[in-house]
Amino acid sequence: MFEVVAQGEGPLFMDPDADKAREFFRTKNRAMVSKVMTVSEAVGKFVHDGDYLAIGGFGANRIPTAVCHEIVRQRKKNLIFAGHTSTHDFQILAAGEVFNRCDIAYIIGLEARGLSPNARRYMESGKVECCEWTNYAMACRLKAAAMGVSFLPARNLMGTDTFKRSAAKIVKCPFTGEQYVLYPALWPDVSAIHVHEADIYGNARIKGISIADLELARASKRLIITTERLIPNEEIRSDPTATVIPYYLVDAVCEVPFGSYPGNMPYEYFSDEDHLRMWLNVEKDPEEFKKFLDKYIYKTRDFNQYLELCGGLERINQLRAVEHLIDLGGRG
Amino acid sequence: MADYNTMEMMICAAARNLEDGKAVAVGTGAPCAAAMLAQKAHAPNLVIIFEAGGVAPLLPTMPISVGDSRTFYKAVMASGMCEVMETIQRGMVDYCFLGGAQIDMYGNLNSTVIGDWEKPKVRFPGSGGANDFGSLAWRIMVITPQDARRFVERVDFITTPGYLDGPGARERAGLPANTGPYKVITNMAVMGYDPETKRMRVESIHKGYTFEDVQANTGFELLKAPEVVETPEPTEEELRLLREEVDPNRYIIGR
Repeated sequence: MFEVVAQGEGPLFMDPDADKAREFFRTKNRAMVSKVMTVSEAVGKFVHDGDYLAIGGFGANRIPTAVCHEIVRQRKKNLIFAGHTSTHDFQILAAGEVFNRCDIAYIIGLEARGLSPNARRYMESGKVECCEWTNYAMACRLKAAAMGVSFLPARNLMGTDTFKRSAAKIVKCPFTGEQYVLYPALWPDVSAIHVHEADIYGNARIKGISIADLELARASKRLIITTERLIPNEEIRSDPTATVIPYYLVDAVCEVPFGSYPGNMPYEYFSDEDHLRMWLNVEKDPEEFKKFLDKYIYKTRDFNQYLELCGGLERINQLRAVEHLIDLGGRG
Repeated sequence: MADYNTMEMMICAAARNLEDGKAVAVGTGAPCAAAMLAQKAHAPNLVIIFEAGGVAPLLPTMPISVGDSRTFYKAVMASGMCEVMETIQRGMVDYCFLGGAQIDMYGNLNSTVIGDWEKPKVRFPGSGGANDFGSLAWRIMVITPQDARRFVERVDFITTPGYLDGPGARERAGLPANTGPYKVITNMAVMGYDPETKRMRVESIHKGYTFEDVQANTGFELLKAPEVVETPEPTEEELRLLREEVDPNRYIIGR
């Protein structure tokens, strides 16, 4: 046994037991069957009240926006959220007040764009039980889960209040005597990841940075994939090197073109900074924000309708030009 | 001498601290501008790394997010967070840039809460990758306005470790040896850390300011380097690169 030198006081929301996780994964179906369904069906079937939820991508880059909206629209509640590299996804979920516990690495902010007034109000309201981590700490927790082990060591966090408010432990290395922080494995109940291409079984391709999504896909008990495009299985088999998520990890495949909007989708379209600014501005007034949410989420049927409200294909074309550094010369 | 604004001064002062052939982990904004300027001015082999996975991009424009597609435009690798953080943990990243709502005399940073953590007056985003960078990179750089509300005696919450409570504290806590805060660049001065006490000290002061100005805008007693000099002003060439190539849309230098 390691000697535990110190331990964080924060709550551990999920059991890091690797054998229990193995028992679950033992039951997961390995049959190569079509998992194509709508986002509404996927969220209805795989996101349950009280679940631990994680969202792939990086805040407003390659995020499964449609799933975030649908979780709010279906008024899921008492979720535990992995506030890991989360920005616009956090903003959406906080707007729906769908979670009441949160592992925090990065929340509330939208990076250089500023802080979300509504998400901040929610996190300051006392309604959310919190545990502090860091981006790498959360990535380590997912990586441990993906490896099928109950913890991973690292060299960050020690000496800080972030450690004190985490659920990590500090131990002495049995080989060198050096101190290490240990991160407990995190097996989310359900996650959603947006990808460039997937077949009907869930074999998926991502272009560009993967952030922590390869670990997340492998750590998650249930996984919803939204994809820009469905592609034939033959195409997957013609270039297996490109597959980063194999089908047996996946429970639902939803084709959602432009599904990261208003976030960036590498090699496809850039983020809609005007729309993100509008969100941040309208949040300053809670009454106005309520109307905004009604219009853009609660009273929209699905993601396509939301896209229409935001300018539809015309707007997407402009954002495609921005992504590809094409100057439309005012014709966009 | 050329005309320049405060942001241009800070970016140039930061850029000069980045040596060629080293690696820097940056966020968006002024740090990214400083790294881009350093590459163009004196450090063509400076490796720029973003926490979400972008490694050595040829940045076409300023990124908006540390994970947007600019951060791996024509990069040598589009990787992931573990790859980047573990490269830093392995000791291959020399500099990182960090910010925060508060910094103290040991360079500890707070980006989590103002007030009590249990009932915060203000909630901020939390660590993000800051604690990871600040724990694992060799040298921590900070660009921030000189303001007594930011430079405080004690931070309300140590999100990211500086020298904690003084010499040897990082190593005692278990953090990698010989790492820690390096420079703080503000609108008034460049500060470093006293090698004995690990306390923040003024090393150079920008033209038009005095030590007293810097001290008056700092909530703790600043030390002085053995020789406090005037910070060299941005050169014509640095300003040209900054304005024409690094930030032609003035996203950062127009602030």
